[in-house]
Amino acid sequence: MELTPMWYLALSAMVFSIGAVGVLIRRNPLIMFMCVELMLNAVNLTFVGLAWGRNDIDGMVAVFFVLVVAAAEVVVGLAIVVAIMRRRDLATADDISVLRG
Amino acid sequence: MIAQADPTQVDYLILAPLIMMAFGGLLLLTITSLTKRLSSSFVTTWSVAAALGSVAFAVWLWIDLDTLAQVTLSSSIIADKFSVFLTVVIGLSTALALMLTHHYLDREELPGIEMPVLMMLSASGGIIMVMAHDLIVFFLGLETLSMAVYILAAMHRRRFESQEAGMKYFVLGAFSSTFLLYGIALIYGSTGTMNLAEIGRATWLARELADGSIEFYYEPDGLMLGGLALLIVGLAFKVGAVPFHSWTPDVYQGSPTPSVAFMASVVKVAGFAGLLRLLSFLGRPTIDDWGPPLEVIAAATLLVGAFSAIVQTDVKRMLAYSSISHAGFILLGVTAGTDNGVAASLFYLATYSFLVIGTFAVLTLLSGAGDADFSLDRFRGLSRRQPALALALLVLLLAQAGVPLTTGFVAKFEVIGAAVDNGTYWLAIIAMLAAVVAAFLYIKVIVSMFLDEPADDAAAVEVPRLVGAVVAIAAIVTIVFGIFPGPIDDLAREAFVFFI
Repeated sequence: MELTPMWYLALSAMVFSIGAVGVLIRRNPLIMFMCVELMLNAVNLTFVGLAWGRNDIDGMVAVFFVLVVAAAEVVVGLAIVVAIMRRRDLATADDISVLRG
Repeated sequence: MIAQADPTQVDYLILAPLIMMAFGGLLLLTITSLTKRLSSSFVTTWSVAAALGSVAFAVWLWIDLDTLAQVTLSSSIIADKFSVFLTVVIGLSTALALMLTHHYLDREELPGIEMPVLMMLSASGGIIMVMAHDLIVFFLGLETLSMAVYILAAMHRRRFESQEAGMKYFVLGAFSSTFLLYGIALIYGSTGTMNLAEIGRATWLARELADGSIEFYYEPDGLMLGGLALLIVGLAFKVGAVPFHSWTPDVYQGSPTPSVAFMASVVKVAGFAGLLRLLSFLGRPTIDDWGPPLEVIAAATLLVGAFSAIVQTDVKRMLAYSSISHAGFILLGVTAGTDNGVAASLFYLATYSFLVIGTFAVLTLLSGAGDADFSLDRFRGLSRRQPALALALLVLLLAQAGVPLTTGFVAKFEVIGAAVDNGTYWLAIIAMLAAVVAAFLYIKVIVSMFLDEPADDAAAVEVPRLVGAVVAIAAIVTIVFGIFPGPIDDLAREAFVFFI
């Protein structure tokens, strides 16, 4: 069976969906961040698969930018979690619910 | 059509507004880390000067722009009247928001320069977004803008609500960014490029008709349609359009008020800039694919924003819903996909930025220390205590409601006019209905200000000069350009992007 970019697209779509469902159903902020990372990596796989299929360098280069963004995103996210943790214990994301209406 | 010199040459004039804003922030950060104690007036002067400097370079660039558009940095940055116009809007909004931070940081006893610096860095991300001519550059600009804004939302150290707002904004923002990025990847898969002009060229095909004329058409493939849908989802989240609006009320209510003023102006401008730029490069032939979904989103945004706002008791939260409704109006111009529609959206964005910053400036004052109490009681009898402040807020609220002789009326008139020209009468009717419903909530605040007796213990709030200046500028812009909308309107019409 020949390996086409479609296989990569299908795989990354699955990984992306797993990440998206994870963000929606998991209640631990850290696991939610990990699921966002999973989604970003699924997109990276899409980029690499498509770039490989087209024999083009642009998609591969994009992956480096995405990696940098993902790293910066984690820094900001963890900083906010730490700021919250210093104020109160936080078991789940449902505990952060002062604002509603 | 697009002038391009040697690709290795960098045109620094095009980059000047961006450099001014970004390096202004970074240099300020460096200076503060080298000196022991910096006076807060120095920080404010420096940051406002950098923002205005960026505006000045943008104006120079506008005057200097002799071709339709110029690209630089291997065609990844574009300067046309559209991007320069929005750069000016972002620069002015940032300057006004920076003027609000000075008094706010003093009052809330939050020492440090993080808030002004983050605003400037975020604004530089916004400038990258409006000037981007490449999807990856656009994404990097969006992330620069967003990540700084997540921190701005969580900035108030002693209020748990602020941190909650930051957390919610961050999780949902990062979530939506991945959708946007996935959309970029799929469009890359369909066209083989991330450069907007090349995407446009790869998308429309030309065929010669029997009578010799040339017709543009395109044949959508799955990757393109999926990518377009995901991009619209990602950008709709940033501008707070229904059904991706759920973060807006919580984040607006919890965040420090100057940050909210910044979010409501700069983040919205940058988000809509991305939407307009992208759709314009895909061009008219594709409108059948993105038009109807965007029309539904616009209608839902208008209605949900207006109807949810009227049941709120907290004024800040109410204004958050009203900003959702305003996003719906701006979307009207986008969905029209005509030159008139784009010009109307640009006019709306430019005037709404002033309106919303002015309104939140008054809110900053009235909430008092703590930045927590925004109940309607705070507004009771304001006209007795502080007639000038009440009058300014009256002007701003009436403009948000769309009363004639204010910029709000002209802006609403133009976007609804664009929808009518485009033949989407149902959307125009929904927009007018939403405007009437939304008017009720502004009038609720106005009645409370002018007709109710003041609470016994209510003291007049002190109006610092800078905040007073922001409110005055916003009110004057609203009235003057409401009576004479010509100048901004002409600029917006010059600045439209093509829908080919």
